[in-house]
Amino acid sequence: MTTTAPPRPAAPPTPPPPPSPGRRVLARLLRWWRQLTAMRTALVLLFLLAVASIPGSLLPQRSLSQSNVTQYFADHPTLAPWLDRLFLFDVFSSPWFAAIYLLLFISLIGCVLPRALEHGRSLTAPPPVAPRHLHRLPEHAELPSALAGPAALDVVEEELRVRRFRVARRDGRSGPEVSAEKGYLRETGNVLFHLSLLALLLGLAGGKMWGYEGSILVTEGQGFCNAFQQYDTYSAGPLVDSAELSPLCVDLADFQAEYEEDLTAASYTADLSYELDGGDPVDTTIGVNDPLRIDGDRVYVTGHGYSPEFTVTLPDGTTFSDLSAPFLPADQGTMLSQGVLKLPDLGAGRTDQLAIEGFFAPTGVLQAGVVTSVDPRPLDPQVGIIVYTGYLGLDSGLAQSVYSLDQRLIDRGSLTEQARANLVVGESLTLPDGTVVTFSGYQQFAALQVSHDPGQVWVLGAAIAVLVGLLGMLLVRRERVFARVGPAPDGGGTVLSIGSLTRGSADTGPRFTALTDDLRTALAARTPASSPSAEEAPPS
Amino acid sequence: MIDESLATLSDTFFSITVALYSLAVVAFCAELAFGRPARNRELVAAGTGGLDAAPAGGPDGTAGEPARARRLGLVAMVLTGLGALTHTAVLVCRGLAADRLPWGNMYEFSTAVVLVAVVAYGVLAVRAPALRHIGVFVLGPVVLAMVLIGLFLYVETGPLVAALRSSWLAVHVSTATLGFGIFFVSGIASLLYLLRSRHDERVATGEVAGGSSLLDRLPTAAALDRTAHRTAVFGFPIWTFAVIAGAIWAESAWGRFWGWDPKETWAFIAWVVYAAYLHARTTSGWRGRPSAWVNVVGLVVMIFNLLFVNLVSTGLHSYGGVS
Ligand code: HEM
Repeated sequence: MTTTAPPRPAAPPTPPPPPSPGRRVLARLLRWWRQLTAMRTALVLLFLLAVASIPGSLLPQRSLSQSNVTQYFADHPTLAPWLDRLFLFDVFSSPWFAAIYLLLFISLIGCVLPRALEHGRSLTAPPPVAPRHLHRLPEHAELPSALAGPAALDVVEEELRVRRFRVARRDGRSGPEVSAEKGYLRETGNVLFHLSLLALLLGLAGGKMWGYEGSILVTEGQGFCNAFQQYDTYSAGPLVDSAELSPLCVDLADFQAEYEEDLTAASYTADLSYELDGGDPVDTTIGVNDPLRIDGDRVYVTGHGYSPEFTVTLPDGTTFSDLSAPFLPADQGTMLSQGVLKLPDLGAGRTDQLAIEGFFAPTGVLQAGVVTSVDPRPLDPQVGIIVYTGYLGLDSGLAQSVYSLDQRLIDRGSLTEQARANLVVGESLTLPDGTVVTFSGYQQFAALQVSHDPGQVWVLGAAIAVLVGLLGMLLVRRERVFARVGPAPDGGGTVLSIGSLTRGSADTGPRFTALTDDLRTALAARTPASSPSAEEAPPS
Repeated sequence: MIDESLATLSDTFFSITVALYSLAVVAFCAELAFGRPARNRELVAAGTGGLDAAPAGGPDGTAGEPARARRLGLVAMVLTGLGALTHTAVLVCRGLAADRLPWGNMYEFSTAVVLVAVVAYGVLAVRAPALRHIGVFVLGPVVLAMVLIGLFLYVETGPLVAALRSSWLAVHVSTATLGFGIFFVSGIASLLYLLRSRHDERVATGEVAGGSSLLDRLPTAAALDRTAHRTAVFGFPIWTFAVIAGAIWAESAWGRFWGWDPKETWAFIAWVVYAAYLHARTTSGWRGRPSAWVNVVGLVVMIFNLLFVNLVSTGLHSYGGVS
């Protein structure tokens, strides 16, 4: 392989310094800086970055699934806190991960900025002076010619210009010479690539700082506005001003899930109407792969499910109807869903609260007395429920999931089971105290997500620039050709000595051969012209 | 919806492909067994700095071989070519049967990756016949991969899940497949380079006699290293593009362009490793064997990403369809 390292500007020869402490520190800093910006360091840092990402894919991550992390803590009670101390559940936002990529990018800056400046200069500068020993170049040839030196170099220059080389003529120490270079785009590509990596990181960082994301389950006929209090879960960058979120409100009119014959989900679509800044509502439909985009914000449908509806009639005849809560799908294939409906406000007392916990099956069948689902479509909805009464602990100040009951309340006896039953739509369950719970129907809900990432377009631009730079760097070859003439050793005519140096391509041989062949032809074609008298003098 | 007869035809083609590739492996082995050690003439080739520069023996780089070996090599190449055709038919029939692009699950995706690897090898071998000799080392793993795919990843032809119904499937998965297949060949070239260069060293120190080993019939270490580098250089922008296209798709399908999902994380790791490989090739102290190791690590990462991340870990990319 003929690739050689780029000729780095040699470090200026520092005279042995009279070691004043200040100088020594400076010299040490300088040495560190050089080490950090050496390509070898970049290589090591690249490896570190790769290795550092591995735990992020093997251990559960909070950014992906808080519940998996909680599960891991439950499964490994001694190990997990230690891993947590090392940020291993937040690898990609951990200080040590940041340290690696920041060092890498400092290294990159230190390496690419001087290179970019150097390249900027070289774009206007003539090709470099020919090396003294052309025969040491990877490709080299000697072409004898009858032409005088300058005329032979004219031919070379012409031939190189046709090939779109930039050419310079000089009078060197060992005679007139030609230097030529082409393929500057390779270096441009390299600089563009590495600078775009920096731009990419800035875009990512900006997005993290000023971006946010909120998720909410919305039942058909309901809606929400873009405010953190309204979301079930949200995450926001440190520089997000929660009072300044875009004034967007969304209502879910209708949700449809479509399935293939084999029950593969074919599409989810949600019919929305949204208002921006109190303006007129706009109707739109979003689906998988097809979010709503309104300048800077995006609304996605990320999932769906069913909310069973119940009617509760108290012994005194008071009726509460259309009570529902989203049940989360436990099995995406059959949409068997699990959840709880918490009713804290039925009676007067603190301990008159009621909870309906259990399963919803869109197409239910009973297996050994347990409701299960065989089809994700709502062909025959059934529920299997347990009804509890007592104290729900909602006002205890402790956070609790809206999708499950706090088992400790049951264990402590604050909540007691009253009855359980499997119901189809319209059937009821009567509690010992005479309260009647009726499974009255269901509604669909959509999981919607609002995302805001101001860095996104910037990142896309930088990524495209990375790719363009990469293509330039890998596909363009940089060639330098040098030629010099000298007298032929036997005294007749001149000898053209030509050599070339290529970076970025293995098949330099054939190209160089083609060049020298063309030169030979061109030189031969010119030769008669240089001695016209001999040929043109017509024989009488 | 699903055309069952086409689906069955696809499965038949799969078996035929495995059979053809296996025969090709046998022919390649026979070629190596009958071929003379390639050492002398390949050294000449290395000396003139080009595997494309015709080695001293002849224009196709295979002169000097006994005619029988050459014929066997030709047979092996023809078998490989036929295998690649039926291999293509596997995917075409699948696609027609389900009326969609045939890379919607792991079975189809890995089958396509292997096809790309075979085609990449074919292109290399046609352009530089000296490289034909690595055939058994490419087709061997290919047969192994096909058998494993058939045994463990097979799924019935079926429709795509909703998230995959996007034109980005064509862009992202095709380029990922292409990149993977090319890296596959590149990694094998680097592995062979490691074997060959160690062998050469031991020959040089007199530990083993030259010309005695199967390794002597491989292309030269320099040619292998160059092939590995050139294919990686070809694959890297494709992989970069595939990752970017994946991010664009993720933005519309999952609500964020990058979320460190396990698949994304390993795609990133692979990208970093290949960038490190390209760097290592031009970093003093890393040229030669160390950089070849980096390329091998890259291949391991790619395979790990396909198998482990799809089969073991759970993430948004769990479209494997293998349960
Ligand atoms: C995220 C970090 C980096 C990545 C992904 C990266 C990637 C690349 C790639 C793919 C190449 C092409 C190699 C080739 O031409 O075959 C390259 C070339 C190069 N990189 Fe980087 N690089 C990174 C950081 C750095 C740093 C920090 C430095 C300097 C300290 C650096 C210096 C160079 C140099 C000098 C070349 C030219 C090698 C050549 O032209 O062959 N890179 N880089």
